[in-house]
Amino acid sequence: MSDTAIEFSPAAAPLAATLLGPALEIIARYPEGRSRSALLPLLHLVQTEEGYVSPNGVAFCAEVLGINKAQVGAVATFYTMYKRKPTGEYLVSVCTNTLCNMMGGQEVYDRLIEHLGVGNGHTTPDGQITVEHAECLAACDYAPVVTVNYDFAVDEATPEATIDMVEQLRKGERPVPSRGARVCSLKEMQHQLAGFADERDGAVADGPAGVPTLRGVNLADQHGIAVPNFNLDAPITKTKPAPREEAAQPGAKGKVATIAEKATDAVKSAAGAVKSAAQRGDNAGKPTHAGDAKDPEVRTAEQRNPTMGEPDKTGDATATAPTPTNPAEASGVAQNQPAGDGKPVADSRGNEVEK
Amino acid sequence: MTQPRREVLEKLTPVLTKRWLSPDAWKIDVYERLDGYAALKKALDVHPDDLIQLVKDSGLRGRGGAGFPTGLKWGFIPQGDGKPHYLVVNADEGEPGTCKDLPLMTYDPHSLVEGIIIASYAIRANQAFIYIRGEAVHAARRLRSAVKQAYAKGYLGTNILGSGFDLDLVVHSGAGAYICGEETALLDSLEGFRGQPRLRPPFPAIAGLYASPTVVNNVGTIASVPYIVLGGADWWKSMGTEKSTGPMIYSLSGRIQNPGQYECGLGITLRELIELAGGMKPGHNLKFWTPGGSSTPLLTAEHIDTPMDFEGVAAQGSLLGTTAMQIFSDQDCPVYATWRWLEFYHHESCGKCTPCREGNYWMVRTYRRILSGEGTHADLDTLLDTANNIFGRSFCGLGDGAATPVMATLNHFKQDYLDYIEGRTAPRLSAKSLVGAH
Repeated sequence: MSDTAIEFSPAAAPLAATLLGPALEIIARYPEGRSRSALLPLLHLVQTEEGYVSPNGVAFCAEVLGINKAQVGAVATFYTMYKRKPTGEYLVSVCTNTLCNMMGGQEVYDRLIEHLGVGNGHTTPDGQITVEHAECLAACDYAPVVTVNYDFAVDEATPEATIDMVEQLRKGERPVPSRGARVCSLKEMQHQLAGFADERDGAVADGPAGVPTLRGVNLADQHGIAVPNFNLDAPITKTKPAPREEAAQPGAKGKVATIAEKATDAVKSAAGAVKSAAQRGDNAGKPTHAGDAKDPEVRTAEQRNPTMGEPDKTGDATATAPTPTNPAEASGVAQNQPAGDGKPVADSRGNEVEK
Repeated sequence: MTQPRREVLEKLTPVLTKRWLSPDAWKIDVYERLDGYAALKKALDVHPDDLIQLVKDSGLRGRGGAGFPTGLKWGFIPQGDGKPHYLVVNADEGEPGTCKDLPLMTYDPHSLVEGIIIASYAIRANQAFIYIRGEAVHAARRLRSAVKQAYAKGYLGTNILGSGFDLDLVVHSGAGAYICGEETALLDSLEGFRGQPRLRPPFPAIAGLYASPTVVNNVGTIASVPYIVLGGADWWKSMGTEKSTGPMIYSLSGRIQNPGQYECGLGITLRELIELAGGMKPGHNLKFWTPGGSSTPLLTAEHIDTPMDFEGVAAQGSLLGTTAMQIFSDQDCPVYATWRWLEFYHHESCGKCTPCREGNYWMVRTYRRILSGEGTHADLDTLLDTANNIFGRSFCGLGDGAATPVMATLNHFKQDYLDYIEGRTAPRLSAKSLVGAH
């Protein structure tokens, strides 16, 4: 599928100059022919450069994956973390879901909005802070919580503590978050969301476990409570040999060759043998649901997405098109390459260049 | 605050949470010293079918909310079908109130990685994914570091520990969509589409990721596997109840003295959990609570002695869910709480099916009207009618989850609604939020 020979449109080319390398690295994580799985991380990657999912970013994702922009746009607009307008250096999220809300989160949010003078999802004029109210951030034992670039920044937040932290950020300081790694910019965070390691020295080690997280286990520890009779060597009932034991047996019977070498070979061949036996459906005596390739359930799946089972056809623009029978139809088809979902590519690369 | 009594303290079962006490357990060498990867070595000496049987024998049930028997799920994967198999870990923790998986992945990420390798070996998958919630950045950071370390040590990659078994593991960050916690929506999202649920059947065990046999398990489920492999099924069953075996991380939040994570055998009661958590906050009396996140019908003070296992909670007409107990007191308004949950479901509804998309839209507006002091008695009928038309008629559980707090609060706390409508409670929302309500 995608290789370095992709020709990018003028819209996507500037991004491709910096992002193509990491983009191909992302695509390589997924199984052969399943490049569309890379779309979510690719959209995060676009935000590392653009700060939001820009039209150029959409074009870049579409072209690198060989799908159309409408397909990318449909995905980008579905998810909350893909921003549709430029964001600030820091994204401050206040949880106002029920529990945080009632524990004071709504007040934190209201006071912060008033203090910054911007509304939900908006950015301060200095370009530093984008503020939003968030839904449950999975830290209810610290309610109410505030995050900066998604790292837990203020626990059991009060309006004062939150405003104080935000003011430090605006002054260019980098306050220490309560339980996340040291603060970075939102764009830097997007790089991690795209699946790349946090390269900052010590960042992975940051963020000690908070008191509420450890309350139960500390209580047990203090009172010397443990689950009794834990024996690491508890036997597992074996009804058949493990693949690697099965493989080791011929090695043991062998004459001279070093056992290690032979065992390794045997492991490989036995694994192959198991596999080929498995492929024959040679599972006598075992309950199995396999065998019928046209299981009604599979059939339903195929109807739902006919090209799903084949590599590189998940929504790919090169899915088989019907052959036109007259010239007018042929020229129409040529101008409107069908997409994988059967919709015409109204925003195809060719049209764009003409504009 | 009062000290918990000894007999209640003895209900604590630190198993999955135990390594959280070691601040460096996320590093592979520390993890290895704490029995880490011992279960993997043990598991690779056993035939995959025997491992599936072990998990069946342990009675382990899914920790993501539905409580489906894990061994049974693994057994559904057709073997010898010539198709690739996949293991997908659902780490999209987002159910309101739930906060058990994030600390596990942050402070003990290798236990999840080890569980994944064992589970993949059992179902014969050579590719596994962790679909982690996008917002969970620190947990993802630690997981990615753990995966990298595991590759370097030969626990991942080709021919793991000389067993001939290969496995690749990818940590995939989501992008902020609650619906992706629903397993088929998660699979669509992982395939690079909008996260919308699929019609079932086919179930993921037959046609899941890339239309291939797939097991989708919760973080807590998979992280339990190494302990079962080490300690055995009988030891595992020494915790919990007969039908709900093992330990469970109970997440307590709200109007209690010491909110936090308490790992206990399944079947403990809320009364005992509140005792462990140092009692209610001064001046607060228990009024209502969620047994397992906001999508489980809420319970009231009279249910305080319900055994918190799958059967016990179901007997009270609710669900164990994610054992995320949000505890509210007599100072909290159930109508306001329900409105706020509905705002959430309204925002997170994926829009695929009409009852959920439209129903939540209108219920939110009805709630705003009631909370602004403009409600009518007919609104209560409208709410109940709408909720009944969402419940059981939606594509996936999100719709049911949205309808349940409405039905439960109308059932238990109708007077609180009437107090707003009849003017005895001061309005909580201003008239400006009423736009579009009529």
